[in-house]
Amino acid sequence: MTNTEKKQVTVRTQKIRKNHIRQKLIFFLVLAGLLILAAVFSDRLCPYDPNAQDLASAMQPPGPAHLMGTDTYGRDMLSRVISGARASIFSTFILVAVISVFGTAVGVLCGYFGGIVDSLMMRISDICLAFPGLVFAMAVAAVLGGGIQNAVIALAVISWPKYSRIARSQTLALKNVPYIHAAILAGDSAGQLIIRHILPNMLGPVLVTAMLDIGTMMMELAGLSFLGLGAQIPTAEWGSMMSTGRSMLQTYPWVVLSPGIAIFLSVVIFNLLGDTVRDYLDPKNSHSGRS
Amino acid sequence: MNHYVLKRMIQLIPILFAITFLSYGMMRIAGSDVVTQKMENTGTVVSDEVLNAAREQLGLDKPFLTQYAVWLGKLLRGDMGNSYVSGKPVFATFISKLPATLLLTAVSIFMTIIISVPLGVLAAVKQNRVTDYLIRFFSFIGNSLPNFFVSLILMYVLAIRLRWFPVIAKDVSLKSVAMPAITLAIAMSAKYLRQVRATVLDELSKDYVAGARARGIRFSVTLWRSVMKASLVTIITLLMLSVGNLLGGTAIVESIFMWDGVGKMAVDAISMRDYPIIQAYVMWMAIIYVAVNLLTDLSYRFLDPRIRLGGDEV
Repeated sequence: MTNTEKKQVTVRTQKIRKNHIRQKLIFFLVLAGLLILAAVFSDRLCPYDPNAQDLASAMQPPGPAHLMGTDTYGRDMLSRVISGARASIFSTFILVAVISVFGTAVGVLCGYFGGIVDSLMMRISDICLAFPGLVFAMAVAAVLGGGIQNAVIALAVISWPKYSRIARSQTLALKNVPYIHAAILAGDSAGQLIIRHILPNMLGPVLVTAMLDIGTMMMELAGLSFLGLGAQIPTAEWGSMMSTGRSMLQTYPWVVLSPGIAIFLSVVIFNLLGDTVRDYLDPKNSHSGRS
Repeated sequence: MNHYVLKRMIQLIPILFAITFLSYGMMRIAGSDVVTQKMENTGTVVSDEVLNAAREQLGLDKPFLTQYAVWLGKLLRGDMGNSYVSGKPVFATFISKLPATLLLTAVSIFMTIIISVPLGVLAAVKQNRVTDYLIRFFSFIGNSLPNFFVSLILMYVLAIRLRWFPVIAKDVSLKSVAMPAITLAIAMSAKYLRQVRATVLDELSKDYVAGARARGIRFSVTLWRSVMKASLVTIITLLMLSVGNLLGGTAIVESIFMWDGVGKMAVDAISMRDYPIIQAYVMWMAIIYVAVNLLTDLSYRFLDPRIRLGGDEV
């Protein structure tokens, strides 16, 4: 069986593997960096104005003038896909940053102090988890109305409990570790203890969860936009572009394909980056394949 | 065991209260009450006095909690108000659309099992070989495709180019359910396959597998008689837990394929600001989800003697 191979890992193969993971990490970081740069400088990268209508050249198939073709209003698809990167990627980053920071903060405080606040916050997170994911987000977005900020809020409301669960259990586990006891005996205050000892030691699991969440959240945000609950017309956003393009699927498939491939590639890059970060931080990365 | 069931039932009560309270509260925050909504829909200008009289008649001038209690009382009698758009009772509308969604869910779960269990087991047995890498590669791709993109690709390839299936579901039939179900099954299998693989791998690394091998028992016998039997409980549990994600995912897929279920109903209601319908959708989906999770937990205990015996002692 293959399992016996795992036990014969020498120091040397482990080193090679570690190096390999580091190279992969750098590679995917560069790819993700390029994507972010494209989002930041989307204005300058666009060959045309993404919102400029040119009815004379509407519905052109991909060609030398318009690399991804044009849509019903003659807007250049490539420019719209590039400018859509800003809406999609930035809002995903803000979303993941907000839920991971807020969720972790709640989790650490609950785990560290316990008591009434702990049970209250955990009940609240139970309730948030009682709704099936996108259903609650749809309702929140419906109440708040369309708009990408509201879609971000809607997804944030349902997604933070995951982080507070992780942070809480990590904090509870860390509280019993000898070096924390030592720090308490040395007279550290609660704040010092949390910031200097607990947070740095639980950063790994939180970071990995956040990295793996980027792809999922990007898809869910695009999903809400697709339903008309996210970015509003005429803002270029991948989900809403696909939604407006779907009636033309039969005749002009590129209107749907270009933003779709853009979402897919970004999600792939961030998922691969997340997987690599997980492998990189995993102390037992000598054995492979457990995913 | 009975003790445990009872305990879980009691724990359910506050959750149910929270679900109904949130569903009610959210739609109230949405800003419009029935009276304003009706006025906006008919487009007539009515004086404030008439409006206030109408509100008083409907009990909308009472404190929020009183209104919630009244609403809850009606709810228990199956009265969830009428749709702003069609004027029909909300509960009846919801119930009439539910079977289509349940059929879609059932078919996609069935497909998920057919796709992911054999592939997951195969990937685990062939760990770190070409087969394993191929299966994991496809699972990775499936995980990175948003389901609305999968829907549109399937629609383009299977319905428009190959003409195997109707582009939109005209009726509730096996042919119409195929494409939405495949879409949901692809996304679910991609996730679920990894979990099956991990579960089986975990079981394969246990000592009894090596022991059986040392005694010369054929690997296929160990795999099907022991390893699969032990993994099955986890596999079933994980599948039932993913039903929740499926319920949320159906909304997008249903509205793309015009599948006439509760998800499409909700999406349509959101675009028309038909709050009673949205409210019913959110609340019932949450209740179904909580119920499925409870059943999963109970069946897990029932299926796995190790936990059942441990649970009785507590």
